[in-house]
Amino acid sequence: MSAAGAAPQQPEASSRAAHFRYVLRLGDTSLVLGQRLGEWVGHAPALEEDLGLANLALDLIGQARLFLTYAGELEGRGRDEDALAFLRDAPEFTNLTLAEQPNGDFGHTVVRQWLIDCWQLEIYEALLASTDARLAAIAAKALKETRYHHRFSSGWLMRLGDGTDESHARVQRSLDSLWRFTSELFAPDDVDERMRAAGIAPALAEPSSRWSSRVDEDLAAATLVRPAAAPYPWHGRRGVHTEHLSHMLSEMQHLQRTYPGARW
Amino acid sequence: MSSDWPLFEVFIRSRSGLEHKHVGSVHAADARMAIEHARDVYTRRQEGVSLWVVRSADIVASDPEEADALFEPARDKVYRHPTFYAIPEEVKNL
Repeated sequence: MSAAGAAPQQPEASSRAAHFRYVLRLGDTSLVLGQRLGEWVGHAPALEEDLGLANLALDLIGQARLFLTYAGELEGRGRDEDALAFLRDAPEFTNLTLAEQPNGDFGHTVVRQWLIDCWQLEIYEALLASTDARLAAIAAKALKETRYHHRFSSGWLMRLGDGTDESHARVQRSLDSLWRFTSELFAPDDVDERMRAAGIAPALAEPSSRWSSRVDEDLAAATLVRPAAAPYPWHGRRGVHTEHLSHMLSEMQHLQRTYPGARW
Repeated sequence: MSSDWPLFEVFIRSRSGLEHKHVGSVHAADARMAIEHARDVYTRRQEGVSLWVVRSADIVASDPEEADALFEPARDKVYRHPTFYAIPEEVKNL
């Protein structure tokens, strides 16, 4: 717990704020990744894949709804899932930087999906033991969905990695370019530390090493090479994003920003 | 892309059903992908709890040209239906 420089507030209030941020981060990653997958609808390489990607997107947006609704309640300022999803600007979003990266080609989307699937598998699994019963219940539901997502993404990773020379070269390139964002996945900050101390979130060392083994196993099956560790720590979870998020949000939020409160 | 993939026939067993029923087909590169496609295309609304897929090319079908020879002869043998027989009074359950 090295909240260096932070003004010492009432511990109750600041731990609630950390709780809010922790749940918000999970919700934002699911929401942003779900929105990205939604961009594939009508463009996937086959009708069956189009439906498959849309199914993943809907699972993720369903998770986002549960997390964001809960986050809004923890925050206690009257913001519901819609207010959090549609009325925040990019610097207020706390998703993993990896999730906001553009789709690229199908293989690129598969690599991004697979890296986050492996991360969510470990985080959700660990959250089953959370002292926060509601968070544990959301994780239990999301874990079932994520097991399928990983089946989907690792299957494609294998097929493309161990496919033709062209498909192999392309997914290896995607892996090389996306790998740098993985430095953020298990780098704990003061929010994680505070939640761990409260028994709400897990210590990240074990999930991190499990993630690493799973990644190595899948990469070996796909005949792909694990890139060297990237030292630069990304900070999407703290609201510092690549330029891609704003563009994505401008499309996602356009309707609610133009016609506030619009319903149909 | 999908036109290069072989066709698989999809069978689903519903929650209350005992048998798998044919529901349609999907294109897929291999069996694992066929199961995933069948799941994604045909079980989005809780249609089932079990899936079978089989390569369409592996199904052996009867020849429509032979339909007369194969199926017509059964038409005048209604006595093969159990309802054709009168059930004795003493038999309570059948």
